[in-house]
Amino acid sequence: MSLPFLIIAFVTLFAAAAAMSLRNLVHCSLAFVVAFAGLAALYLNLDAQFVGFAQILVYVGAIAILIVFAILLTRSGDTPNEAVLAPGWFYGIAVSAAVFTLLGWAVLSSSALPKEVSSAPQTTVKNIGEALMNKYVLPLEIIGLLLTAAMIGAVIIALREPGKTKMEAGELKIDKTAPPSSILHPPSSTALTGGHS
Amino acid sequence: MFEKLDQIFVTLKHLVLGYVPEALQPLVSAVLSVTLILSVFPGIFAIVTIFERKGIGRIQNRYGPNRVGIPFTNIRLCGFGQFIPDGIKSLTKEDIVPRAADRVVHFLAPIVMLIPVLLAYAVLPFGRNMTVADFDAGLLFFFAVGGAVEISVFMAGWSSRNKYSLLGAMRAIAQMVSYEIPLILSAVTVVMIVGSLKLVDIVAAQNHYTFGIAHWYVFTPWGFVGCILFFIASLAESNRSPFDLPEAESEIIAGYFTEYSGFKFALFFLGEYLGMFAIIGLGITLFLGGWTSPVSFLTWIPSYVWFVTKMIAIVFVFIWIRATLPRLRMDQLMNLAWKLMLPLALINIVVAGIWHFMGPDWQRWLVCAAIIFGAYLVLGRGLMRHQKLGKRTYRYAE
Repeated sequence: MSLPFLIIAFVTLFAAAAAMSLRNLVHCSLAFVVAFAGLAALYLNLDAQFVGFAQILVYVGAIAILIVFAILLTRSGDTPNEAVLAPGWFYGIAVSAAVFTLLGWAVLSSSALPKEVSSAPQTTVKNIGEALMNKYVLPLEIIGLLLTAAMIGAVIIALREPGKTKMEAGELKIDKTAPPSSILHPPSSTALTGGHS
Repeated sequence: MFEKLDQIFVTLKHLVLGYVPEALQPLVSAVLSVTLILSVFPGIFAIVTIFERKGIGRIQNRYGPNRVGIPFTNIRLCGFGQFIPDGIKSLTKEDIVPRAADRVVHFLAPIVMLIPVLLAYAVLPFGRNMTVADFDAGLLFFFAVGGAVEISVFMAGWSSRNKYSLLGAMRAIAQMVSYEIPLILSAVTVVMIVGSLKLVDIVAAQNHYTFGIAHWYVFTPWGFVGCILFFIASLAESNRSPFDLPEAESEIIAGYFTEYSGFKFALFFLGEYLGMFAIIGLGITLFLGGWTSPVSFLTWIPSYVWFVTKMIAIVFVFIWIRATLPRLRMDQLMNLAWKLMLPLALINIVVAGIWHFMGPDWQRWLVCAAIIFGAYLVLGRGLMRHQKLGKRTYRYAE
């Protein structure tokens, strides 16, 4: 347990706790970003450069922005007044601690784990790239296909159906029964230029 | 003698480190490198602001700043002392925070902006043996910290509780996310050819000469396209005109830093310019040979001089573009990124693959150039077909 590890761990845990307990949702998501960055720092502390940088690129650069925009677009920015902790928080913590203990016990006592810890392998970005392109090329391609399919699906869901106008698709709602007010009439060309001719 | 001049900073650092006890050497070495970056690049920023104001002034047929010189004398220095009073002014101005603003986030936003921008300088090779942190995945590091700038823009826009700020932040994030893709994809071609994410290796791969001309990647078909795509995307990433929608003065006052005054405003300004220098530095490293000289008979000029010269030259092109081109509309901005630049960048990756596998024959020049030219022609014509571009007609003005 070195000093950098302790500092990073403290910051990450503190930010994660803040992300759970702050009242303003945008503050929560910003604290979440700090927790992501702390996780990336932990990877870097373990000399895993590629994973650390990818963590920053994906989580801080993309996922955090996504979360923030989702909050902004779905809620008003007002701070909620009710208590942050749900009434059954004690049972929640008890259940999650029990699950964690069970999982930890199962993992630690399983025979799949190597008994003696070997020294950390020298992984460079080049090794990772070669492994991805040779040994794990099929899983990589399948993941790529899956993500492409998901993206196309998202686009199709968001796409307006052909032939429908904006109004029929429910994007523009104008009360057709109300009598049109005179301001909405388009200006006729004679009314504008009549004085000059 | 010229080699000594080339390595003068490295030698000086080793000299200083010789006087320091062994245990403190890594720390002192890091502090020295960081101090150099922290003093040189804000210095260039100060000069460039004058350069920009005077340059745009000349292009727009006016003088620009020409008054400030040495106090109590008649020496005016052509106005190049202007940045000192500007700095003093921003330091002494009142720091106004709107009453409705979120104080903590409002305070943190400029700091969060500046930190990743300064971190990005860690991996740039400024000269021969002059890189602060030569990471194995240096290019990835650069893009990773660049992505963190978006968070600070959002923090500034949201915490100000101002509709113009929020609009500016929304525009800025939409623009940065869109243009990050062609930016990274155009850099990928270089990684494919060099086979390394290490920026020092990328420069070393371009440091060869044929008939006295350097092997810069901009002189190859795929590198030329990549360089232009990277240039346009870096204009957009640094929010420069014609992509300055996030701070469009005539529409949304100043965008996400509308509610910032005093030194916080100056920090945003500094962050934006330092980000621009960093991304230009990366573009130079990837396509324009980094610190290498363009022709072999000029290799005696120190490497860091080449780097800074190239950077200033491209900054000048940025200023020139700012004074020349009108601002894009939001839909034009998105169309350019997603319909033209993204397909071209993807085709360019394929072309780089063909270039690699065709071997060192002369045919590969023809094939690659033909593919790129054809793709550009088809894409451009296809996108222009349904656009009704003709003489502009006015309904009421004529």
